[in-house]
Amino acid sequence: MTTRRSRGAARAAAALAAGVLAVSLTACGGDDDGGDDDKGGGAAGGDTGTTVTLPKLDGETLEVAAVWTGAEQENFKKVLAEFEKRTGAKVTFVPAQDPIINFLGSKIAGGAPPDVAMLPQPGAIKQAVEKGWAKPLGAEAAKELAENYSQGWQDIGTVDGRQYGVYYKAANKSLIWYNAQVFENAGAAEPKTWEELLTTAQTVYDSGVTPFSVGGADGWTLTDWFENVYLSQAGPEKYDQLARHEIKWTDPSVKEALTTLAGIWGKQDYVAGGASGALQTEFPASVTQTFTGGDQPKAGMVYEGDFVQVNIAETEAEVGKDAKVFPFPAVGDDPPVVSGGDAAVILKDSPAAQALATFLASPDAAGIQAKLGGYLSPNKNVPNSAYPNEVQRKMAKALLDAGDDFRFDMSDQAPQAFGGTPGKGEWKALQDFLKNPKDIAGTQAKLEADAAAAYGN
Amino acid sequence: MASDKAAGTPKAAPAAPRSRKSVTGTRATVAALFLLPALVLLGALVVYPIGYSVIRSFYDQSGDGFAGIDNYRALFTDDGIRTALKNNVLWVVFAPTVATALGLVFAVLTERVRWGTAFKLVVFMPMAISMLAAGIIFRLVYDQDPDKGVANAVWVGVHDTFAQSSAFPKAHPGRESPLEPAGGGAFVTRGTVSAGDTVSLPLVGVAPDLMPDDAEPAAAAKPEGDRITGTTWQDFTRGKGVGTLNRVDAAELGYPGMRIEAVKDGEVVETATAGADGTFSLSSKADGARLRLPASNFDAPYNGLDWLGPSLVTPAIIGSYIWMWAGFAMVLIAAGLAGMPRELLEAARVDGANEWQVFRRITVPLLAPVLAVVAVTLMINVLKVFDLVFIIAPGSSQDDANVLALELYRQGFSADQPGIASAIAVFLLLLVIPVMWFNVRRLRREVRR
Repeated sequence: MTTRRSRGAARAAAALAAGVLAVSLTACGGDDDGGDDDKGGGAAGGDTGTTVTLPKLDGETLEVAAVWTGAEQENFKKVLAEFEKRTGAKVTFVPAQDPIINFLGSKIAGGAPPDVAMLPQPGAIKQAVEKGWAKPLGAEAAKELAENYSQGWQDIGTVDGRQYGVYYKAANKSLIWYNAQVFENAGAAEPKTWEELLTTAQTVYDSGVTPFSVGGADGWTLTDWFENVYLSQAGPEKYDQLARHEIKWTDPSVKEALTTLAGIWGKQDYVAGGASGALQTEFPASVTQTFTGGDQPKAGMVYEGDFVQVNIAETEAEVGKDAKVFPFPAVGDDPPVVSGGDAAVILKDSPAAQALATFLASPDAAGIQAKLGGYLSPNKNVPNSAYPNEVQRKMAKALLDAGDDFRFDMSDQAPQAFGGTPGKGEWKALQDFLKNPKDIAGTQAKLEADAAAAYGN
Repeated sequence: MASDKAAGTPKAAPAAPRSRKSVTGTRATVAALFLLPALVLLGALVVYPIGYSVIRSFYDQSGDGFAGIDNYRALFTDDGIRTALKNNVLWVVFAPTVATALGLVFAVLTERVRWGTAFKLVVFMPMAISMLAAGIIFRLVYDQDPDKGVANAVWVGVHDTFAQSSAFPKAHPGRESPLEPAGGGAFVTRGTVSAGDTVSLPLVGVAPDLMPDDAEPAAAAKPEGDRITGTTWQDFTRGKGVGTLNRVDAAELGYPGMRIEAVKDGEVVETATAGADGTFSLSSKADGARLRLPASNFDAPYNGLDWLGPSLVTPAIIGSYIWMWAGFAMVLIAAGLAGMPRELLEAARVDGANEWQVFRRITVPLLAPVLAVVAVTLMINVLKVFDLVFIIAPGSSQDDANVLALELYRQGFSADQPGIASAIAVFLLLLVIPVMWFNVRRLRREVRR
């Protein structure tokens, strides 16, 4: 499952990135606006400024469940610590396992659900509402949310017209990472459109380096590729329809997107290791092989979300210097922004739980974690300067600039049998397509057959 | 203890003549009491899960509706499950037989060498590794990249000893090139050349690190009477780009050894090979011909076999299984061999049998019971193989490497189809039962003996 894998990656990334960023925080303290930087170390962040008023909750206790581990969990606990400081409530972090919805199911069956849980997909929120687990947000929290979030981010936390989820954390899955040395050697530039991307790829190829690294052994990297091309080319409406399987995969728009994709996947020597090599390359290796090997890495560019940083941290390349990033270029009119994220959902209604949801919807909370790195917030009132480095700022900006045109990862919205099972459904169909990019009609037919079976329509 | 107690209380025995006792004098209630913990554990941990799996396999996905034999029908109609079945057959046929055969060979041979024990130790060592670790090791062994995967490194090494790879893989015409693809990987000039011309044949895309060591800075060719001269070179310098497009720039390197053919009406009329600075010269026979750089210049380096691709993945994983379990077979067979009456072998040798005959007619038949035990044990083991397949097969060929146990996991935990998963579990149980029965019967016979 895309999210699950990428979350794992994100978690690991955060763990590593946090270490790296903590260092860079102190390191680049000088060049940024000086006054702000002293906080870098003191993460408790009492100096973040107060924009939200919270009730006094002395003696109250709260439990928050999320799948985060390592540095990501540490950073989030600092946000919770700030909440404790302001309200006097006691908050406990409950580590959960993926898929969190199953974890919550067993907790609820045991009669001890956490007060608040972080749910990754819109589908999971809907499921929680249908089962009667989730409680709607109160007026305070809803007001805070409306002030800080664009309509699109509010809507994906809404079920049947009632607001349930506060998207506290976002992932930007529309990024292409590149080896800066390769681009410099080849004289290539960051592209803005698909045409330019092809030119850039050719320039890189002409310099003797394979342009792209594709982690095809993991099907979700391929579905993410497709989603970006499709979202930009066919537009958000069609994207939503396809995500709900209201249009068939045999639709001409799918054909067009696959044809576009074949322009890279199908071109000889454009993919590191060729198609069969790419199909045996797992996602982490697809990143590391792009950023190791000096002047002659296995590939010049690799596509994936912000969590790629974690894997880059495993190499000697430095994010922002050796490893740079540009937003996924526009295939149609606008560049795509495919995202993921985690929403806070209240499972036990209480003033304290409502207050925590309000706090998480505020720029205060997001601001604290943004400073610590490895984190993107969909909160539009978090200043871009809150992020610790250039790469982080660039990703956050691309995410917010998309306004309401961002879309949630399509394969995460699909039934798992279609969008999230290794060797099955969309994963397998796109792997077969990578192997034989000429067979567009066959791929579409296979996608449609699998989708029809999984969606049951 | 129970009987001690019963016997040790002399008053109790005659006082309760009606209480039932077994042959050993144990009261049924006492016996039951002592059996209870084991029964409860067996019931809770073995019988109940089996029973519930059987029941669950007749219900649909949510567990609410009775589905009849639908789940079992899916077992034989779903493509994925059928591949798993087919692969399981391959596994059961090949893995135990090859492992047993290898074990037999090792056992018999190690008996005769001085360092037999050391050898046995080495062969047995993989057994000390967990399946998961072995899987990770073999994932690397079978890696496509010859720099990482040992299997391909050996294979490519052998291949390259017999077939030379070309010098300029991936070279291709750059922008606005005078060359165009001629099919099959060759490139040909767009126009014809005539005597006295100097021709430039620029290409790009050879990684600077892979350029031949004897390459020198490219030189522009000088016209030579009625001959046709030219240069073929890499029209790109790392960090400086192409410089002047399709012109020789100072830092650019020639393509030494590049073969050039002059083609007229589909016939090769003249050939030349470029020098260290990329210059070449053709006689006037090439007048009016188009110049072609044949595909042999650009052959991609041989990259070895696609071990984990769809066709080889199952044999490759079976290979790793054998690596692990041949040692197990060897040790059991060696134990059997040690207990074999030597005089039979000696008698055969005295009678004039050669070693092969002794092995074939005496050793193997005498070892047959041991061989059967090993093969059957491995068979049971192979039916439930999961970890190796799960770890070694990359996501893209997991479908082709699928086995029942893996499919069970996928249906149950990622596709959320507990009904079908239970049906697979029941089916696996049915497959194991005959083998178990064989084993139990053999054990009984052994006990009786």
